Amino acid sequence: MMSQKFTSPILQATNLNLYYGTKKVVKNLNMKIGKKTVTAMIGPSGCGKSTILRSFNRMNDFIDTFSHEGEILFEGSDIYKSKIDVTEFRRRIGMVFQKPNPFSSSIAKNITWGPKINGYKGDLNELVETSLRKAALWDEVKDKLNDSGLALSGGQQQRLCIARAIAMDPEVILMDEPCSALDPASTLAIEDLIHDLKQQYTIVIVTHNMQQAARVSEYTAFMYNGDLVEYGPTTKLFSTPDEKLTRDYIVGRFG
Amino acid sequence: MNPIEGTIDSQSKSETAAGVKAGVAAGDEAALHPMFHNPRKLRLFKERFFYGSILLATLCALGFLFYLLFSIGAQGWEHLDMDFINNFPSRKPAQAGFKSAIWGTVWLGGMTLIFSVFFGVGAALYLQELSPKNRFTSSIQVSISTLAGVPSIIYGMLGLGIFVRFMGMGRSVLAGSLTLSLLIIPVIIIASREALKAVPDSMRMASFALGATRWQTVRDHVLPAAVPGIATGVILAMARAMGEAAPLIMLGALTYVAFVPSGPLDPFTAMPIQIFNWTSRPQEAFHDLASTGIIVLLGFLMLCNSVAIFIRLRWGRKL
Repeated sequence: MMSQKFTSPILQATNLNLYYGTKKVVKNLNMKIGKKTVTAMIGPSGCGKSTILRSFNRMNDFIDTFSHEGEILFEGSDIYKSKIDVTEFRRRIGMVFQKPNPFSSSIAKNITWGPKINGYKGDLNELVETSLRKAALWDEVKDKLNDSGLALSGGQQQRLCIARAIAMDPEVILMDEPCSALDPASTLAIEDLIHDLKQQYTIVIVTHNMQQAARVSEYTAFMYNGDLVEYGPTTKLFSTPDEKLTRDYIVGRFG
Repeated sequence: MNPIEGTIDSQSKSETAAGVKAGVAAGDEAALHPMFHNPRKLRLFKERFFYGSILLATLCALGFLFYLLFSIGAQGWEHLDMDFINNFPSRKPAQAGFKSAIWGTVWLGGMTLIFSVFFGVGAALYLQELSPKNRFTSSIQVSISTLAGVPSIIYGMLGLGIFVRFMGMGRSVLAGSLTLSLLIIPVIIIASREALKAVPDSMRMASFALGATRWQTVRDHVLPAAVPGIATGVILAMARAMGEAAPLIMLGALTYVAFVPSGPLDPFTAMPIQIFNWTSRPQEAFHDLASTGIIVLLGFLMLCNSVAIFIRLRWGRKL
């Protein structure tokens, strides 16, 4: 297995085993994610890629049967240590889900709710505008900020969710198949957005779509059956993969 | 004519027409494919039978309801005037009124609403959103379902033992409303849990991913989304509580009260108790008064329900 050597990774998994009940879904993972990179995680369904993503911001805590061994370091400190403030830590690691899930309140409130509960002191109107601009949604919604977020199209809803994550000024944005529920035009809009966002944020994106991984990411990790099979620069992984399994998956022989 | 019936009729008509034209048409049709035996007439009969039975069920339910309303209306209509609402009960039917019963029910209703919503919705939130899922909490769930089916008179005995005697509240509005709260809290818990369950998990996840605590998530997203469902449960439960006489009689609520309660520790009567009292009198005139009382009670319940529906609609629009 080839691995990336980042000198100061923002996220680092060390000897990480993840379980649902007694089933081991991620096996002995060692992986570093570099600051301000876009990392794509690919692999067939059930390979553990979403589980890893959700353990990066401890969203697996809500699954009763979930347990882990090993450690995940965020900026050098173990996120599963009990003394960590999970809410502050989740503010620093944002998440965008597979299905757009805006709150059933206005577009503006969708953006401001998170910062408010986390004690944001700045100007909320300004925050709404900058977040929506960064998510490339401002021009479409600037005249209807008080309309329900649910009245937007699927693609717009997903960008609203990205804006909502950006408003928290996170360091990392985790994206769990953010385009799988969207049409091709909206998918393209989100991919363009990822290109803009990588100047400022570290992005980890789980995707089923290999072309998408190739288009948006700088690094790609290929998972198979709970193992990290290969992890490296996207161009290298897609052109000359080291592992036969990776090559077979990329050319579409399985998965 | 009903559109469903219409299609069935036109289908069967065309079938009969085809059958007349080509004698053994039905047999030929079946022969088109050896593996699909499709007895159309039988299916149509089943369809109509099903439609007819559910229509009959609806009509029966409505029929009994209208009969009840009509007979009560016919009996009680003439006494329904301001005197009936403003007078206290009396031994003379002509002067007897419903005032103390109406105000007793208003007091009971208000306080029961406060207690049962606080404890019922609180318990539902704890069980659905916060408690760990283990054998202990699921046994609590089963117990609550059982409690919802316990006869109301048992709650009356419980209230008499605990609130009236042990806690020394006496036969007061407070003891009555706590007893009625006990009676309906299981129903409110069950309805509220269902409403909370129906809130999609994606909303909770969105909230948690923004660094929200459980309380912030519940307060700002889960509870508001569940309010319409919870309100429905509370309305149904309150309607039940307001119509209960048995537990209050068990508590020892008075049947002849010539004053309006002025505080939670005053004795009281309530509409169902007064109605029960009048129906058990030998004089025919009191039976008519009971009918008038039923009309007022029904009107009161309808008023409560309309307010609740109004709140629901407003709530829906706000979101």
